[in-house]
Amino acid sequence: MSKMDKVWAALEDRDLELGPEPAVAAPNPYQHWRLTRDRHDVAWAVLDRHGSSANTLNTAVLVELDAILDRLAESQPKGLVIRSAKRSGFVAGADISEFVELKTAEGVARQIGRAHEVIDRLERLTIPTIAVIHGYALGGGLELALACHTRIAVTGASFGFPEVQLGLHPGLGGVARMTRLIDPIEAMSAMLTGRTIHDRKAKALGLVDAIVPERHVLAAVEAAVSGKLHGARSSVSNRLKESAPARNLAARQMRAQAEAKAPHAHYPAPFALIDLWEKHGGDFEAMKRAEIGSFAELLVSETSRNLVRVFFLREKMKKAAGKPPTIAHVHVIGAGAMGGDIAAWCAWKGLTVTLGDVDPKPIGGAIRRAAALYEKIGHKDGIKVRDALDRLIPDVNGEGIARADLVIEAAPEKAELKAKIYAAVEPRMKPGAVLATNTSSIPLQKLAETLQRPERFVGLHFFNPVSKMQLVEVVRHDRLDAEVEAFARGFTGLIDRLPAPAKSAPGFIVNRALTPYLAEALILMDEGVAPEVIDKAAEMFGMPVGPIELADQVGLDVALAVADSLKRDLGWAIPDAPDWLRKKVADGHLGRKTGQGLYVWRDGEAVKAKTGGPSPYLADRLVLPMLNACVAILREGVAADEDTVDGAMIFGSGFAPFRGGPMHYAHARGPAEIRARLVALAEAHGERFAPDAGWAALDETVGG
Amino acid sequence: MSEAPGRAVYIVDGARTPFIKARNAPGPFTPVDLAVQCGRPLLLRQPFEPDAFDQVILGCVNAIAEEQNPGRVAALRLGCGPQMVAFTVAINCGSGMQSIDTAYNYIKLGQSDLILAGGAESLSHAPLVFSQDMVKWLGALSGAKGLVDRAKVASTFRPDFLKPIIGLEKGLTDPIVALNMGQTAEVVAHLFDLSREDGDAYAVESHKRLARAQAEGWLKGEVEPAFAKDGQVYDHDDGVRPDSSLERLAKLRPVFEPPYGKVTAGNSSQITDGASWVILASEEAVKRHGLAPLARLVDSQWSALDPSIMGLGPTLCATELLKRRSLKLQDIDLWELNEAFAHQVLSCLAAWKDEDFCKRVLGLPGAAGEIDPERLNVDGGAISLGHPVGASGNRIVLHAINAMKRLKLKTGIATECIGGGQGGAMLLEMV
Repeated sequence: MSKMDKVWAALEDRDLELGPEPAVAAPNPYQHWRLTRDRHDVAWAVLDRHGSSANTLNTAVLVELDAILDRLAESQPKGLVIRSAKRSGFVAGADISEFVELKTAEGVARQIGRAHEVIDRLERLTIPTIAVIHGYALGGGLELALACHTRIAVTGASFGFPEVQLGLHPGLGGVARMTRLIDPIEAMSAMLTGRTIHDRKAKALGLVDAIVPERHVLAAVEAAVSGKLHGARSSVSNRLKESAPARNLAARQMRAQAEAKAPHAHYPAPFALIDLWEKHGGDFEAMKRAEIGSFAELLVSETSRNLVRVFFLREKMKKAAGKPPTIAHVHVIGAGAMGGDIAAWCAWKGLTVTLGDVDPKPIGGAIRRAAALYEKIGHKDGIKVRDALDRLIPDVNGEGIARADLVIEAAPEKAELKAKIYAAVEPRMKPGAVLATNTSSIPLQKLAETLQRPERFVGLHFFNPVSKMQLVEVVRHDRLDAEVEAFARGFTGLIDRLPAPAKSAPGFIVNRALTPYLAEALILMDEGVAPEVIDKAAEMFGMPVGPIELADQVGLDVALAVADSLKRDLGWAIPDAPDWLRKKVADGHLGRKTGQGLYVWRDGEAVKAKTGGPSPYLADRLVLPMLNACVAILREGVAADEDTVDGAMIFGSGFAPFRGGPMHYAHARGPAEIRARLVALAEAHGERFAPDAGWAALDETVGG
Repeated sequence: MSEAPGRAVYIVDGARTPFIKARNAPGPFTPVDLAVQCGRPLLLRQPFEPDAFDQVILGCVNAIAEEQNPGRVAALRLGCGPQMVAFTVAINCGSGMQSIDTAYNYIKLGQSDLILAGGAESLSHAPLVFSQDMVKWLGALSGAKGLVDRAKVASTFRPDFLKPIIGLEKGLTDPIVALNMGQTAEVVAHLFDLSREDGDAYAVESHKRLARAQAEGWLKGEVEPAFAKDGQVYDHDDGVRPDSSLERLAKLRPVFEPPYGKVTAGNSSQITDGASWVILASEEAVKRHGLAPLARLVDSQWSALDPSIMGLGPTLCATELLKRRSLKLQDIDLWELNEAFAHQVLSCLAAWKDEDFCKRVLGLPGAAGEIDPERLNVDGGAISLGHPVGASGNRIVLHAINAMKRLKLKTGIATECIGGGQGGAMLLEMV
């Protein structure tokens, strides 16, 4: 059921239980909090951060909390409830922007130390303290909740410590309190992965004491205050896991797992967290103290700075999506891998989607993939899965075209075929509707030629797999209406993707930058370097997968087509793709999707032979051509600025996040040095390495 | 044709799922899943939004526990909005037609203007039922207090408690006369002196006609493909056997009354899953939304008789419709007479030719005469398509309209026999 009921809409605001309304006459002494007492003399401290739609913890919030605790000390209530007034959730975490200004570990430790004092003071209260959590409680928000005696989750609440994604671990006593409260192995696993813990799992872990629907919050609070609500307490077996030998053993396993996922050299935070627990597990006060120092060290590290940069890049791109447009219905043409997955994602995000194809069979395949995806990301919520599948409507006759606010064409990459489709589709569309193409290689101005309304035609280039890759390139051309471009950006926000505006030029941003990297990998293979060695070199640089494996994932047919068209359109000095590659494509060995490509694929994994370490030289041969292309992209104005390029490469290709993006990396290493390396590579291997003219401009700006 | 009192009621469009043969395991779709599968493409091609209906009415006999009032569940899942009034009707094999009749009356009386009326049935999902003994034992066990008591109750368990009763078999057995539906077909076959071969020949023709309609693309637009979660696409009625022949059918053993019976699996309707919808509209709704009516629903009639001869139901209600408008059997251009059993269809035809039956039962001055086989079930029926009981009555109305459109005919009747001893009929006139 997708349409909101007007009856429920009229009553909705009555649902949230925030304690008694404050007296209108008395001015609120707090900027971010509201403090009232209910008829049972229970105090309600409700966090409502001024000027923000979501709550985050910052100094001002904690200073006011300290003042609230002063106030309560004057006349002690029977209990204290802490909850959020924001519909979106409890607290999203600490305000990261506050940390960015701190330059030294000592400065960070001092600031965190002050925050610890407030949180410790809250924990020491002798009256029952209850955190009521709806929506998310993340990072600092969860640390605040952990300092309360009781945690009541409102149905649907979720918890997590995502700090590791910022190159950090919890620092506000989270490590100490989480490992004390629940099974320490589970606690460590949650903090090491940063994964979200949903309500029922949180209850099973003992992270929360009860799950109630909003309508029973008050009753549950009363039960907690009167001592009738007992949560699970940490068991003896949990404490046994904290013995030194047990910690030692577990820590070794954790390190091995962490190393396999994210090497220590690139991502130190998980290892710092493991050290912390191995050394101080079981000693709460010592752990808390050590947590501050360890956190402070991580926060000023290069990795964390870069990952925080990635966080802000994401925020910036979200903002660039702008106001979400009103889109009730999306029609997708072509139920192949991309079209089907784009449709499935849009339906999951609440839109009504019709999926058209000349043949019902691929539509069936798209439904199968959608069902599997929904089961995986739906947390066993059968109703959510069913509703999303109901919204994903197979449409063999293209009836949805006339109803759609947005039509996305994801047909095979043939300009004539697309022109034919547009000729049939455009007259059927609603007057105000927008036509978008998911093309990755055909210039938009060419596709726009035959259109009646080229100003309402835009590129929406998604990445594979759609559900995982957050980037969508929003591609413009000369005749595009600016409002339609804004509409397309807004659409990406609506479906929780990140837009990278790009000018229509061969390969746009991501493929343009990736292709020389993939091409160089193939040349290396041609020179006799083992694919495993090539991939290893890229992985050691920090890429999530190596170029050979990536080519197999993308599909050799697609990779070859993109490479050919880029070579042609840009006059690139790269050698022609080797014959053995063309033969593979001709023989249908296309990579993961066919089970065989440059690797043999088994159960979705590339089968790789064990190899020795590659020379560091190899990484430069792969990565520098990519940087060179990024510079060309900027010089030609395909992307407006370096942040766009960095964001696009991180969220569209997985470019090593801890390096902060290719342009950030170029600056950190020094444009002059990279240029010199390119010149040397050009002398050794050919013109394709010749530094782009854009490096000169980069040299003149600040280096680093 | 003379006017029934009240406003004109039009059928403007309709669609159904392929009828999917049950294959000894629950199929991919529940009744509501089926209703959603064909409802979505139908609503997609309308010029109005799904919340424009005044009501949604669905016929369904075997609602499953997770989908009580499947009509409302379907309406919500089809995006008709939380304000949509929706209910479910059941009169066994006539349920999908009962939904149309209910909608017809609401519109005729001026209470509604636009109604979605359908039928859905997932016979492959009909439940396995525990025996009463098992239910009692489970009840006693959960009521027992203390270990000793529980052990005592537990010890009374007997393995035959576990023998499941197939809900479908129960559902297809008449509780009043204790005859299975197939047995009622044996009864009428006997009363009208029909042979095994008569039934088999009829069944062969049903398959040939459906196969031809499928090959010619005559079901396009009526049958919308259904997409299962596992990616399988169901795009045609899969019970059809184009190679059906008298020789093949002759090999089958009578299933309901061996060894002497005439009714076999081959000349009976198939156990099948399916759903069907039609959209009914008043003159006003037609104007408001710019709809193109296909047919006018002129009149409807329900009749009843002894459950053991339920197969004759159509003769009663259809004759009643004709008499009200002083029409003869032969004035009807096209007939859809649901093929519950070949012998049951043939016994209806025989009854209309039977002077004694027509005089004494139907109140006609003499034999009603013959229905030209070329005007009856022209594209096959439940024997080749299957008979998802709650959906069939809807399908025959929809198909009568589509077939008349193709054949450029004017007047049609859709009628069915109904388990429990009833019959339903609708008189349609093309616009």
